[in-house]
Amino acid sequence: MKRAMTLAEKILATKAGLTSVEPGQLIDVPVDLALANDITAPITIKIFREAGIPKVWDREKIVLVMDHFTPNKDIASAEQVRLCREFAKEQGLIHYYEGGNCGIEHVLLPEEGLVVPGDIVVGADSHTCTYGALGAFATGVGSTDLAATWITGRTWFRVPETIKFVYRGKLRPWVTGKDLILYTIGDIGVDGALYKAMEFSGEVIRRLSMAERFTMANMAIEAGGKVGLIEPDKKTLNFVRRHSQRPPLVLKADRKAQYLEVREYDCSKIEPQVAFPHLPSNTKPISEVGHIDIDQVVIGSCTNGRIEDLALAAKILKGRKVNPNVRAIIIPGSPRVYREALRKKYIEVFLEAGAIVSPPTCGPCLGGHMGILAKGERAVSTTNRNFVGRMGHPESEVYLASPAVAAASAVLGRIASPEELGL
Amino acid sequence: MEKIRGRVWRFGHDVDTDVIIPARYLNTSDPKELAKHCMEDARPDFAKKVRPGDIIVAGKNFGCGSSREHAPIAIKAAGVACVVAESFARIFYRNAFNTGLLILESPEAAREIEEGHEVEIDPEAGIIKDLTTGKTYKCQPIPPFMRELLKDGGLIPHIKKKYQQMRLEEEAS
Repeated sequence: MKRAMTLAEKILATKAGLTSVEPGQLIDVPVDLALANDITAPITIKIFREAGIPKVWDREKIVLVMDHFTPNKDIASAEQVRLCREFAKEQGLIHYYEGGNCGIEHVLLPEEGLVVPGDIVVGADSHTCTYGALGAFATGVGSTDLAATWITGRTWFRVPETIKFVYRGKLRPWVTGKDLILYTIGDIGVDGALYKAMEFSGEVIRRLSMAERFTMANMAIEAGGKVGLIEPDKKTLNFVRRHSQRPPLVLKADRKAQYLEVREYDCSKIEPQVAFPHLPSNTKPISEVGHIDIDQVVIGSCTNGRIEDLALAAKILKGRKVNPNVRAIIIPGSPRVYREALRKKYIEVFLEAGAIVSPPTCGPCLGGHMGILAKGERAVSTTNRNFVGRMGHPESEVYLASPAVAAASAVLGRIASPEELGL
Repeated sequence: MEKIRGRVWRFGHDVDTDVIIPARYLNTSDPKELAKHCMEDARPDFAKKVRPGDIIVAGKNFGCGSSREHAPIAIKAAGVACVVAESFARIFYRNAFNTGLLILESPEAAREIEEGHEVEIDPEAGIIKDLTTGKTYKCQPIPPFMRELLKDGGLIPHIKKKYQQMRLEEEAS
């Protein structure tokens, strides 16, 4: 009899051409898309060249996004990008993003329709797991693993065990997908899903927007997860139809699938969350944060740089002013998000409020540029990591939160809930 | 694989890739440059004081965070011969094997061996010996597939071997 499988197992078995797979099994699968950025691609290119292989396996399935230090912050990063540009030209790569067509990779790729449900995606970027929101088995790898895929079009995986997370109940005001994933990481810890697949389910997930689902899948890696998967539903398929010509492969977990663990959350009890320095698992509900003055707010990134995120920030910043002690940096995640924010007048709202609007870039999230913190400074950020030195000086501090909490904090100059503004 | 002998540098749980090599230095992939800033935000003097053959001992989830291969490259280029930890983050785990940095999982050794101890490691046998205390620890055996990679000299030589076989088969048909 065929083994009942989780969503992760189902995708891997189907793609590997096997009737079934089980946790622990090593399998070899074809890859649908292989991604790298301006930091990881240079090493991949070097390794590819050293291997002495003349051509990549498929010039339509390799994506290079020059998003981390864009616009190039110094000579060394400009040289790295030049290396990538020349390689893309030489290999005739179709999907090369730099300059005006460039966005933050994990905001950009779904918009460009490059990922559809059922895909196997490897990316030399740990937040490649974002595409799990589409029901794609997508995971971060290093540059050497990626170079191997550029050569063979395949990769190997150890089939992971799956932990299922079920979200029930009704969300409180101002609680978003970001709060749910921070709460989850706070619950299980930064290695709570180490080597495991996370499957997000329940009525609350069904009601989340695609943007919020991307946010949740994006941070699976912050719990150590290999993938963060959500079963495709009508919303997923509508999104895919709007953005992609490729047919989706819609797979669902079997009802009798075996999970390592099932965790259920009553969402009516979850408040907006803030992750304190220096781990994403160091979470507190907003009511227990206390008085913490801040110097900077960042709204954007592959976690929260989509139009829905900017809409939330605009709703709060409309007719209000950023606190004079705070630099509020807002980063649309892609040119498409930027244009839509212009059309919907969000950019005007941000500028009127005294915020800074940046071009799409990873920039401050990883302490690259465009908003670095000085010694002792504190930021509330909608990004995904708050490690020591992540956004600048080793003695600076990053507090992770949703765009709603970040925007309210920008106005009040301290970590705050939108409810404190009477919203 | 040869035996390793060196001094221990101790770190805690969840040593992340931003601590191993901060992103502000990722505008290059030159191992020598990266080595200069290895562990800088946790121990600013580490890169200067570490000696070839030294060993890092750390808690759980070592290498969590980014997929940057610069992390194992920086550790290896700094001269560290082996990292012993309670557990490793999964992307770092693959990257370490792919870049030829020896890593060993041994919760007991990782919890007990102290800073500055002299340690001898036999990777083949999976034995870690704390020469300062005389205590011996067994580590998790290296999985067979990873051993095969190490035998071929890393992932890329392994792939090249397979690629050449593929080409020969194509030509034959």
